[in-house]
Amino acid sequence: MRITRTRPENSDLPIYQAADSSQKQAPRKSGDGEGSGGDGEGAKKMAKKGKDLKEEMDNLVDEIDEVLEENAEEFVKNYVQRGGE
Amino acid sequence: MAIPKVMGTEVEYGITVKGDPDFDPISGCVLLVNAYREDPTGEILWDYDQENPLADARGFQVDGEKYTPNQQENIARNKTLVNGARYYVDHAHPEYSCPEVTNVRDLVVHEKAGELVLEASRREANALLPEGCQMLIYKNNSDRKGNSYGSHENYLMDRRTSFKQIVEHLMPFFVTRQVYCGAGKVGAENRSQPVDFQISQRADFFETEVALDTMVKRPIINTRDEPHADREKYRRLHVIVGDANLSEYTIYLRNGVTAIILSMIEDGAITRDVSLRDPVKAIKEVSHDPTCRKELAMDDGRHLTAVQVQREYLEMALAYTSSRKIDPVDKDVLEKWQEALLALERDPRELDTKIDWLMKRTMIEGFMERKQLEWGSPQVEMLDLQYHDLRPEKGLYYLLLRQGRAERIVTDEEIIAAVHLPPEDTRAYFRGECIKKYGSAVFGVNWDSISFGVDGEPIKRILMAEPLKGTKSHVQDLLANSPQAADLVKNLRA
Repeated sequence: MRITRTRPENSDLPIYQAADSSQKQAPRKSGDGEGSGGDGEGAKKMAKKGKDLKEEMDNLVDEIDEVLEENAEEFVKNYVQRGGE
Repeated sequence: MAIPKVMGTEVEYGITVKGDPDFDPISGCVLLVNAYREDPTGEILWDYDQENPLADARGFQVDGEKYTPNQQENIARNKTLVNGARYYVDHAHPEYSCPEVTNVRDLVVHEKAGELVLEASRREANALLPEGCQMLIYKNNSDRKGNSYGSHENYLMDRRTSFKQIVEHLMPFFVTRQVYCGAGKVGAENRSQPVDFQISQRADFFETEVALDTMVKRPIINTRDEPHADREKYRRLHVIVGDANLSEYTIYLRNGVTAIILSMIEDGAITRDVSLRDPVKAIKEVSHDPTCRKELAMDDGRHLTAVQVQREYLEMALAYTSSRKIDPVDKDVLEKWQEALLALERDPRELDTKIDWLMKRTMIEGFMERKQLEWGSPQVEMLDLQYHDLRPEKGLYYLLLRQGRAERIVTDEEIIAAVHLPPEDTRAYFRGECIKKYGSAVFGVNWDSISFGVDGEPIKRILMAEPLKGTKSHVQDLLANSPQAADLVKNLRA
């Protein structure tokens, strides 16, 4: 059985839980070892990599949008702690 | 020969209740800690007789009042868990001190298990709050209004190593290690120079080089001398300069590299002088420079970047380890440390799935670009805070993890298991197993003792002055042959 993080909408679920394979996390594509540009093939790869990265970031921003606290100004202002240690 | 680096972390969490304008942090903490349920649920005292936070490693005792709560308050504020951890109320913060471990992989597992314990109790506590109120917990170190709370590391050291040597060799290391340990922060506080984004949560708060205090005039090196073990043989270095990290990779490097450096100090392997001219000034300069290019003034007149100072330590570490047998985890730590320093020299952004401050910064910059926001806008400040939110569905670190933007060191299975199982190779095993097996017969606990109250007999305190005794291989037969606490006490007397 695979364990993965819960999806955002499941607010009452534990941080880690058993999940089926449909919830597998997609590892982020690594840029290491790819062509560094110069010839036509390399330039194409670079352009694709740039597009992939932008898509990933767009996706992340959309997800953040869904969970970011509303009334940020008020929220941040009210977060006051006593010094500790 | 350096002694084994038994270690742990003590993380203070931020706490608030949304929707409660009269929120009182201390009662919130008591509610939170007591909401945590594990089986068995004994009422166990924390044994304050064994504590001495006013002993100074430089060899003196500081005047001051030692805190000792009454019995009822003690039980309400302290929980010792079946995994050997201490979960308690420290001033106005919940704190999770993980059990003693022998290697940094186990440390990552147990520090992350602490996040699960806090989140589980947060949910339980929430059910007890009035409608419209929600308790929130943050694994960070600052409210960004000048109030800081700590995330401490502790390492067992050989008493024969002089504290003076430790200070001299560790100071430049602590000032500069934040380049791969920082948790990142939007803005500056505590009267330091304004900045959009800085590497460390804590750097703004360090005001002196060496001292016993942890709450005012915070020192880069803390002199608290509480070995929680045989004080003739050991000291326990109490490190307060670090940030609360969420990234497994960052926690791994933070404790892993520090443990190697401490072994090198014990073995006299710090052979180069990398003293900084003004460490208190430098710690802020490093934090306030996310390019990692700024040069620091050295005592000998040279100017080195924080990464170059770290490379000096790395080169000494490679020389040190080349001539001795090195365990696979330390070898891996060295490789990852080297990779991180090379990446920081090329472009720090290469580490934006590994190191907290870079993970946070890339996320914030991506959001700012799409939303056309400026540094200092409330949403940007909210992103900073919410990175540290322990709710899996809201915390932005956990979002990055789900998206494959956070590199792993350990597995979810290991973290979940560590909520209930102590490490097997330190005295935490005996502590945790005794609590699991004998529950309410355990009267009191401290790191180096456990006491039993058995049927009208005087309280029997068992001392555990050796952190590497009381392991599974030492005590599993004893525990198996002692069905009740009375049997254990009898068998120990025999």
